[in-house]
Amino acid sequence: MSVALPAVDIARALTRIAHEILERNGGPDSIVLMGIPTRGAFLASRLAALIAGIEGREVPVGTLDITLHRDDLRLRPLRALVPTMTPLGGIEGRNVVLVDDVLFSGRTIRAALDALGEMGRPKTVQLAALVDRGHRELPIRADYVGKNLPTSKGQAVKVHLSEIDGVDEVLVENVEV
Amino acid sequence: MRHLLSTSDLTYTQAIRILDTAQEMARISEGPVKKLPTLRGRTIVNLFFEDSTRTRISFEAAAKRLSADVINFSAKGSSASKGESLKDTAQTLQAMGADAVILRHSASGAAQRLANSHWTSGSVINAGDGTHEHPTQALLDAFTIRQHLRVGTGDLRGLTIAIVGDILHSRVARSDVHLLSLLGAQVILVAPPTLLPIGTSTWPVQMSYDFDSVLPLVDAVMMLRVQQERMSDFFFPTAREYSHYYGLNADRLKKMKPTAIIMHPGPMNRGLEITAECADSARSVILEQVTNGVSVRMAVLYLLLAGAPNEDGEITK
Amino acid sequence: MTDYLLDGGVLPDGKAVQVLIKDGLISQIESVVSTLATTNLQKISINGCIVLPGFVDLHTHLREPGREDSETVESGSRAAAKGGFTAVSAMANTFPVADTAGVVEQVYALGQATGLCDVFPIGAVTQGIGGTALAELGAMADSKARVRIFSDDGNCVFDPMVMRRALEYVKKFNGVIAQHAQDPHLTKDAQMNEGLISSKLGLKGWPSVAEESIIARDVLLADHVQSRLHVCHVTSSGGVDIIRWAKARGIQVSAEVTPHHLLLTDDLAESYDPIYKVNPPLRTQRDVMALREGLADGTIDIVATDHAPHPAENKECEWQAASFGMLGLETALSIVQATMIDTSMMSWSDLAVRMSTAPARIGGYADHGQGLKIGSTAHLTIVNPTRAWKVDRDLVSSRSRNTPYHGMEFPGSVVATFYRGIPTVLDAKLVSAAHGN
Repeated sequence: MSVALPAVDIARALTRIAHEILERNGGPDSIVLMGIPTRGAFLASRLAALIAGIEGREVPVGTLDITLHRDDLRLRPLRALVPTMTPLGGIEGRNVVLVDDVLFSGRTIRAALDALGEMGRPKTVQLAALVDRGHRELPIRADYVGKNLPTSKGQAVKVHLSEIDGVDEVLVENVEV
Repeated sequence: MRHLLSTSDLTYTQAIRILDTAQEMARISEGPVKKLPTLRGRTIVNLFFEDSTRTRISFEAAAKRLSADVINFSAKGSSASKGESLKDTAQTLQAMGADAVILRHSASGAAQRLANSHWTSGSVINAGDGTHEHPTQALLDAFTIRQHLRVGTGDLRGLTIAIVGDILHSRVARSDVHLLSLLGAQVILVAPPTLLPIGTSTWPVQMSYDFDSVLPLVDAVMMLRVQQERMSDFFFPTAREYSHYYGLNADRLKKMKPTAIIMHPGPMNRGLEITAECADSARSVILEQVTNGVSVRMAVLYLLLAGAPNEDGEITK
Repeated sequence: MTDYLLDGGVLPDGKAVQVLIKDGLISQIESVVSTLATTNLQKISINGCIVLPGFVDLHTHLREPGREDSETVESGSRAAAKGGFTAVSAMANTFPVADTAGVVEQVYALGQATGLCDVFPIGAVTQGIGGTALAELGAMADSKARVRIFSDDGNCVFDPMVMRRALEYVKKFNGVIAQHAQDPHLTKDAQMNEGLISSKLGLKGWPSVAEESIIARDVLLADHVQSRLHVCHVTSSGGVDIIRWAKARGIQVSAEVTPHHLLLTDDLAESYDPIYKVNPPLRTQRDVMALREGLADGTIDIVATDHAPHPAENKECEWQAASFGMLGLETALSIVQATMIDTSMMSWSDLAVRMSTAPARIGGYADHGQGLKIGSTAHLTIVNPTRAWKVDRDLVSSRSRNTPYHGMEFPGSVVATFYRGIPTVLDAKLVSAAHGN
């Protein structure tokens, strides 16, 4: 097990992403951040705070539970639903930034795109991920990446955030086969 | 959880989980797109040995919103002598690959019988069995009460709920008694002595023959349907006398707390157990019960069918 | 004819004996019998087993004629022999109903032809067990079947005037009316004992009072017309009390209890498995204890099986759609031992009275129930009280499999049955050759 990203690097990466989001969208006006629970939701809140710090204005934040849209439900034990919180003002015609902790196969994001569709029709959908570990199974890529982390499939990437894990760090573990 | 047969099988955690899940389903049902892919490829059979259009279409709507394939099977007659037997029907449906059977039956215990048999391997959901139970009705009742009196979260501690009328023959009452008490509510059964089952003193409820004395205490009053044929079995003398003592009318409405709500599982006998002005009053949540029925049934279908089959049926995250 | 020497047996009072069966009669019962020169003597070792008079069942449904898919006189006779019975009383609710001399003679003849036990038909009290018009009781009494017990079992003789007349009429030939005590109005569509369990399960209740009120009425009628009443399958503590009162008053009433009512209780219905659905219904533990006490003190005279075979489809269904009834012949002894002997409520001598002497006396079956009297017909049941066994519904001799005891283990078993001096069961197995007269 090794620390791939210490707390200081996580903070730096998030600050950079906040700037990139503002730059890409020409300011905060059209932006809505949608975090994918559990840790993506905390990251979205952090990004919102960073943007507020930069611009002096709040952007709407929501959360998006994708469980009902997953394509692997039958392969795993039942999952409990997490409340979805629609951001203030909705997503209609906005530039929605999906926020997740790790981008891997892309299936979560595929489900998230479907889940978003249930809420309305955004102008654009962008994707921010703290870590991109590769091994995509769908034609999906991130617009904002904190860190590209080359891994093998036999490894597991774990993101810990102080809000629930008490510490900020990204770990890479070798999982026994 | 593999089957839903009775609310008395539910733990507190399971009951809360169903209500919380229903809350999410309700949110989706309010959105512009009401359809989810969650149960795509699953086959759900509405097996109704007894007519109940309301319950059937509620389950059908719930299943379709989750993209399940729905087969409606209406089988009248309930014994070998009267037509196709439950066993033969269930085995036929099993051969067609049903993942779940939603069973409505005039015989008490039919759902449990089916679940414990080897006639089907799918989940069994009790959609009303004789005078035994109707668990999804109780869940939608609890959900509706929670929406109104507990802002949609937590349990029902501190609430007093009266169930009024034909308790003896009511599957709704039995399911409600278990579930509402499990969730911490105080239940009061109100009925003439003839319509209270033997031994209700051992149930987790209070009882009263006097509706008027109970009215000021309650946060919700649930009026049960009274069937006209009960009169011929001497349960009460006349419809008029029944209404006089146990019907909900404008005068009784005034005795209730201003926040108290009026519920009825439907279909109503307007003028017998409830007057039109009560049924249609601002305090009535009867139509919301119908709406919530779909959300609650979506939640039940999700929790029973979405995950991989596992032994203990416990949820993981 | 083969003679038999049973070696190593024990009498109900505990005395070790040898029993000699000669020419179909009980010839000697001694510590060591004096061996008489017999040409064809077979010695059978019954080490430590109890020698009892052959059991007599006053309440058996053999289903023939009409429902041979569930049981026949022949298959029922096998089950009876297996259970240690040397005489059974075939209930009248067949198709057609046993309400004429023709039907009862047919059933009697079928029993004699089978030759595994005596089958004594019970005649219907009313035509078609319909409860309104008396059947030809005299003709059945005078028939070759010599019917003495009359019953509409399955239905109650509810009309008090019909019941009164039936009780009076059978005095002519010392008959007895065996009443199925069930007020039909109080039990309309009833499914199980009315109580906490029925309320919980939403199954329509069958109150004890529906039985007790009829018993009370009938003992008063029997007293009034000075006739004999037999109460079928008593199930409730209240019923036991009424019968106790009636006997103390000198009323000619006898009563039976089934093995299942001595053992099983209404909470079994919580499974909704209609294998436990029976008429009259299983009651509470309190009732079970009252029945055991009643049987022990003689208030209840006899054990009767109410053996009620049903085909699988009548039980593999919803509770409400299922038929009432359960098998009883092959498990009766084991249950009575478990509930009455092993609990020290009754002795083996008492059991011999309740399962042989008393039922034969009530039914007027002169050739049976003679105890172990020298010179009487050798109807004998040999019980090994320590030979435990597990009930397997796939191994029953009955044509049906509706036993509620499947998988249950019982402490003792019938290991041999002698009917008219011929073994029908040996080593707890039917003797295939024991057929025909």
